[in-house]
Amino acid sequence: MIFGFDPSRDPRKILIWTLVALGGLVMIMPFAFMISTSLKGRGEVYDLRLVPLAPTLENYTYLFRETKFVRWFLNSFSIASISTISVLFFDSLAGYVLCKYRFKGRQVVFVAILSTLMIPTEMLVIPWYVMSKNMGWLDTYWGIMFPGMITGFGVFLMKQFFETVPDALIDAARIDGLGEFRIFWEVALPLVTPALSALAIFTFLGSWTAFLWPLIVTNSSSNYTVPVGLASFSGEFSTEWNMIMTGAAVATIPTLVVFILLQKYIIRGVILSGVKG
Amino acid sequence: MRAWYHARTVGQKQAVWAWIFLALPLFFFIAIRLFPTGYTTYVSLTDWNLLRPKNFIGAANYLRLWNDPIFWQVFWNTFKYLLIGMPISLVLSFLVAYYLDQVRFLQGTIRALYFIPFLTTAAAMAWVWRWFYQPVPIGIFNLILVDLGFSQQPFLRSTSQALGSILAPAIWAGLGFQVVIFLAGLRAIPETYYEAARIDGVGRWTILKEITLPLLRPTILFLVVVSSIGFLRIFDKVYNMTVDGKGGPLNTTRPLVLNIYQLAFTDYRMGYAAAQTMVLFLVLLAVTVVQLRALRTK
Repeated sequence: MIFGFDPSRDPRKILIWTLVALGGLVMIMPFAFMISTSLKGRGEVYDLRLVPLAPTLENYTYLFRETKFVRWFLNSFSIASISTISVLFFDSLAGYVLCKYRFKGRQVVFVAILSTLMIPTEMLVIPWYVMSKNMGWLDTYWGIMFPGMITGFGVFLMKQFFETVPDALIDAARIDGLGEFRIFWEVALPLVTPALSALAIFTFLGSWTAFLWPLIVTNSSSNYTVPVGLASFSGEFSTEWNMIMTGAAVATIPTLVVFILLQKYIIRGVILSGVKG
Repeated sequence: MRAWYHARTVGQKQAVWAWIFLALPLFFFIAIRLFPTGYTTYVSLTDWNLLRPKNFIGAANYLRLWNDPIFWQVFWNTFKYLLIGMPISLVLSFLVAYYLDQVRFLQGTIRALYFIPFLTTAAAMAWVWRWFYQPVPIGIFNLILVDLGFSQQPFLRSTSQALGSILAPAIWAGLGFQVVIFLAGLRAIPETYYEAARIDGVGRWTILKEITLPLLRPTILFLVVVSSIGFLRIFDKVYNMTVDGKGGPLNTTRPLVLNIYQLAFTDYRMGYAAAQTMVLFLVLLAVTVVQLRALRTK
């Protein structure tokens, strides 16, 4: 046995395990209630048992047919996908250059980018709003997306990870006559895929759950993202809790699926960027 | 052009490529982050309301907020979120991580259960919790209280309970992240330290106090800062859990970010809102600087 104890015989360990596991179950109770209520009909809402007596998908059918949730879902999905692709490309390119190239001004550029990490979004929304108003970006996809197309965090993360790529490899590629961009794209980038996958997951989830800026920049309901749409929808349906829970479930289930599929990468990514960053 | 390029040394060629690759990201960071920071600073010194041209009014917005009771209420609310939320979430997450670290059976699965709330949409979970807080027969918390023979609680409708009621899901959502970081910190402590202590016959409590906690100092500092910043920037939950997103009842739950949002995008008082974002920025900056200092002293 690990550390010389037999769990079946150590009552302290059994107690600890039980308490910690129970705490974990309590943590996911809100999801359980949310999903269970989203499957309940109007008559059953006040019955708080976890397994619905007569599970029905009628809330979901109503939500998809009569509200703009499908549209909001597609908005959020497109915006999160485009932002993620842009972040992956530009952050890794900038991180690569700052890590592997020696040139005058490199340190200044790095410090400038790093310093943007200190500036909270809340401080930037007024200028972004003014900029969007002047450029005609209010209430458009681009308006929602533009502040997140490149991130300082990602540049910093990728710069750290490119340290693991040996310089000799890049020099060898250069001697072989490979162009500078192809060295980045075909030699260096494939070696940092773990960092790329972590960055991709965080960027996607960050964009999917973003609230403040989409709330400010969108105006017409067909341009809402899922969280903004959910907030306005729930305000209207304020007493129909089964519908609100269905909306919340639609907003949450994609993140749960992403987590279940990519759990290993996500936890590793959190540790890498959290502990090192 | 081509002839010029081929005449360069290796180092000069690299510099050319570096600037080509960096051009767009650099333009982005200047246009979307650095310039707007300066712009907000400038707007905070004007009386701008989007309708008429800006007038430079010096420090008038800052004087106004100094004398504005709502600003002070909001400022104090924000610190309440921080001062109550941060210690509770750190103690809870440390306890979970400390005991979870001793568990082997299904450890990864249990860790995942704690972590899931961290990834989900805050706006959606705020509505789930808002539902939990409803009076009988809708809200589960009041149903449980009544079942156990207690009286119903107003929760979000009460000026004294609303802030705590919003804080609970905020702590719940951030807990898993802290557990994961604490677990990583605990695992980084070499097993030999513990073995040596055990051979010396040192008790569990002393090991925790003399070995584990001091060695976790960087982890704890990191989490103090990250969770402080999170609580100081609280917005999504308050917006979705209070009536019309106003931070009520009677502004008792309204944090700084919500106040800024209302001032700037409902009342269009851009100058005054900008001044309040400067306050937020300075507070966040102070938290980070204190962390860097504390890390350096050890």
